[in-house]
Amino acid sequence: MAAEAKVDPMHQFTIEPLFGSDWAIAGHNVAFTNSSLWMALSTLVLMLFVAGGLRREVVPGRWQMAVESFAGFIETMLVSNVGPNGKKYVPYIFSLFMFILFANFLGLMPLGLVGIHPFTFTSHFTATGVLSVMSFAIVLIVGFAKHKFHFFSLFVPHGTPALMIPPIFVVELISFLVRPFSLGLRLFVAMMAGHVLLEVLSSFVITGGNASPLLFAVASVPSFLLMVGICALEILVAGIQAYVFALLTCVYLNDAENLH
Amino acid sequence: MPQISQLAATYFSQIFWMLVFFGMTFFVVGRGMVPKVMATMADRNQRIAGDLAAAQAARDAAEAEQGAWAETEAHQRAQAHDLIAAAKHQAAVATQGRLAEATTRIEAQISAAEAQILAARNAALGEIELVAAEAAQDIALRVAGLAVSADDARGAVKGHIAHG
Repeated sequence: MAAEAKVDPMHQFTIEPLFGSDWAIAGHNVAFTNSSLWMALSTLVLMLFVAGGLRREVVPGRWQMAVESFAGFIETMLVSNVGPNGKKYVPYIFSLFMFILFANFLGLMPLGLVGIHPFTFTSHFTATGVLSVMSFAIVLIVGFAKHKFHFFSLFVPHGTPALMIPPIFVVELISFLVRPFSLGLRLFVAMMAGHVLLEVLSSFVITGGNASPLLFAVASVPSFLLMVGICALEILVAGIQAYVFALLTCVYLNDAENLH
Repeated sequence: MPQISQLAATYFSQIFWMLVFFGMTFFVVGRGMVPKVMATMADRNQRIAGDLAAAQAARDAAEAEQGAWAETEAHQRAQAHDLIAAAKHQAAVATQGRLAEATTRIEAQISAAEAQILAARNAALGEIELVAAEAAQDIALRVAGLAVSADDARGAVKGHIAHG
């Protein structure tokens, strides 16, 4: 134990192929990795969760009530941010929010206790980037399909003096183009930071415990207590980041639907 | 940092499986199940709204019924009042008629009685004259020894009675 006391806090993010290492599409490797496995698990658990609430009873049970609360929550968010014609995005925003939420929560599950290593694929920008680029693409497609080239008026706020239009246009365009990056990086950074922090604190607990009883009392016990608190915080962050991702997508969709 | 050090080796797998599983989520959950959940919620809300509307309609109907009933009641009450007033009036008229009739009859009786009294009085006066004349004739015969004729005696008595 003492020999492997050094804990690498980044090791948890390592992607390992589980099978299909030689699978390839157009020369690119598409091995089924541990990351893919947790994507699949998120999908599966989400399907089970929503299917369990699909009893369509007039007086809902607890499970149905939970699923309907989520659906109602997404609908309210879209209606309040985009307006009544935002309702058509409920399937996408619901999938987005729930997929991220379940991925975050599954990555936090204390499955290490039974020997399974949870993997949080939302701590990889290759994964969050797919979602953010998808949201951004929908915004672009909807915006140009609905407003044609008038969509560019999004970059010129109302009441801008004529002289200021060129610089404002450039600034607004840059802030618009940064959106997919900020959207994807925010989720990736938040999830990674929390997991690294937990791992670092756990390494304090282990090294302190291995070193001496005094160090265990001074460093390990407070670190462990802090970990308990940070675990609670991480659960909150898991929900908040999923919410922020969905909310910002709604806000961007509002730009595409209604311009300013 | 595996996110960057493994980027070249894993990015395609990550993007591919992400698209596969998010696609599954979107088409199975988002497109397949969520509309049903939303439809259930909409049905329920519609049903609640319908029930509320039905309750409101029933309430309105009950209130209208009550209003109609109150109107009928007021109408019937007014009718009853009219009926009572008419009956009172009729009774008053009948009473008055009978009273007038009775008064006439009583007056007739009174006047008949008065006439009778007058006749009796006259008769009595005549009788008194006759008795007084006879008495005067008798007194004159006994006191003065005068034989006064009955007509003279009556004339004298009549003059006295007439003067008081």
